[in-house]
Amino acid sequence: MSLLTIEGVTGGYGGADILHGVDLRVGPGEIVVIIGPNGAGKSTLMKAAFGLVTIREGAVLFERRDITRLRPDQIVREGVSYVPQERNVFPSMTVHENLEMGAFIRDDDIRPQLDKIYDLFPRLGERRDQVAGSMSGGERQMLAMGRALMLEPKLLLLDEPTAGLSPLFMDQTFERIQSINRTGIGILMVEQNAKQALAICDRGYVLTMGRNRVEDTGASLLANKDVAEMFLGG
Amino acid sequence: MLMDFLQVGLYGVVLGSILTLGAIGVSLIYGILRFAHFAHGDLMALGAYFALSLVVGLGFPVWASAPFAIVAAALAAIAIDQIVYRRLRRVEPVILLISSFGIAIALRSIIQLVWGPHNQVYVKGIQMPWRVGDLIVKPDHVWIVLGAVVLVIALHLFLTRTKTGKAMRAMSDNMDLALVSGIPAERVIMATWAVGGGLAAVAGIFLAMDTRLHPVMGWSVLLPVFAAAILGGIGRPYGAIAGGMVIGMAMELSTMIIDPTYKPAVAFGLMVLMLIVRPQGLFKGNA
Ligand SMILES: Nc1ncnc2c1ncn2[C@@H]1O[C@H](COP(=O)(O)OP(=O)(O)O)[C@@H](O)[C@H]1O
Ligand SMILES: [Mg+2]
Repeated sequence: MSLLTIEGVTGGYGGADILHGVDLRVGPGEIVVIIGPNGAGKSTLMKAAFGLVTIREGAVLFERRDITRLRPDQIVREGVSYVPQERNVFPSMTVHENLEMGAFIRDDDIRPQLDKIYDLFPRLGERRDQVAGSMSGGERQMLAMGRALMLEPKLLLLDEPTAGLSPLFMDQTFERIQSINRTGIGILMVEQNAKQALAICDRGYVLTMGRNRVEDTGASLLANKDVAEMFLGG
Repeated sequence: MLMDFLQVGLYGVVLGSILTLGAIGVSLIYGILRFAHFAHGDLMALGAYFALSLVVGLGFPVWASAPFAIVAAALAAIAIDQIVYRRLRRVEPVILLISSFGIAIALRSIIQLVWGPHNQVYVKGIQMPWRVGDLIVKPDHVWIVLGAVVLVIALHLFLTRTKTGKAMRAMSDNMDLALVSGIPAERVIMATWAVGGGLAAVAGIFLAMDTRLHPVMGWSVLLPVFAAAILGGIGRPYGAIAGGMVIGMAMELSTMIIDPTYKPAVAFGLMVLMLIVRPQGLFKGNA
């Protein structure tokens, strides 16, 4: 059984369609990467999985449930968390408060989960009382992931988690994504740093102009000439 | 001269306390719903009149009628939002702004119909002022300032210690992220109206204690309330505290140099100046 299944999804933001019959699948415990040129609809596809896009045709299933028409606040309760590409923290709130907001819908004791996040990202633990807006891009990205993990999701959607990070932070972020994945959480991510992303993923999709182009294992995509030419800088 | 200055400064603190309580609501509502709530002054007046009903009708002292007026005004604010504003949320914020103008007029008419068009007061007769040195201090002034301080502290605790209060800050920080985190927006919006409406009621009661009740009392104080919210950086409830104090103080101190009828003009002038020089408010940068 798949964790997430996107079947022939066509839709957009109310105007012209951005996605044209896209298919995608994430299995339990998998890391799946979406690559493609700017404006291909990668972020839109991610949002389509999270109830943020008007889907005209096709369906989105999570486990066995049809979530095509659910709102984001309902999808979150199913076990999917989403980290947007931009503006993904609460800037005037502290690290600790950001994480609390991630757990807003939980009524149980969130301290064990907070400790887990601080273990995973020690930097956040050191800065728990710092205001998110005053942190570096890399730290903010960690916080954004931490916030999304507060609900202990089964699937984590990451939109360009390494955008704008220094090479050091980039490597760290990929490592963290792998450690999150090792705890059993499925990951679907959009990445510009295709080489590194394909190296850590199970499978990858190439998206162009709102359509599936290529779908293969990470290793095969890395070895694929066309893909190399387009996205891996030769 | 120094004594005059202190005396007028005291009036400034009193007016500042009243404006602050109104401006916090305007700022909170702007932060979350992104529109300037023009009916806020009339909501203040409504709260003041709710208290009057208990004072006159049941013989309650003002302080004992305040809690009822707060709850009634909070419920009124929630009802107005659910019936009118809620339906308009998906359209342009400017439509909300204009509809709040309509609500302002409606509230004023209702007040006039129910409670009459004339001036009224909670307590007839003159209050014996206290003398502190050469300073003349009215007991009401002390209650107003103390009341505002207590409420501001309570608001601070609410915004920093409770889940709902933190969710309000989160929504005003980043609405989209709040939604994808699963924060129940409509519930938090209701809480925002409850807090804004409750504080407006207290501001109205304090204003009535300091001056008198009249159907246009809220409308005439709207401008300074907005000036305070803008000075503090609209959308930032903490800024509204400083904004309220600065505007209140400026309005009262101006009476030492110019005619008191120009008090609102002073608030207006400061607001315009602020919008030109520092539209983001007295304090730091981005909204
Ligand atoms: N909120 C939006 N409303 C309308 N159109 C949008 C919105 N976001 C993106 N688009 C459009 O959708 C297309 C795909 O954008 P996006 O999914 O962000 O691409 P990518 O993430 O692959 O760079 C672009 O043409 C973009 O202009
Ligand atoms: Mg994108």
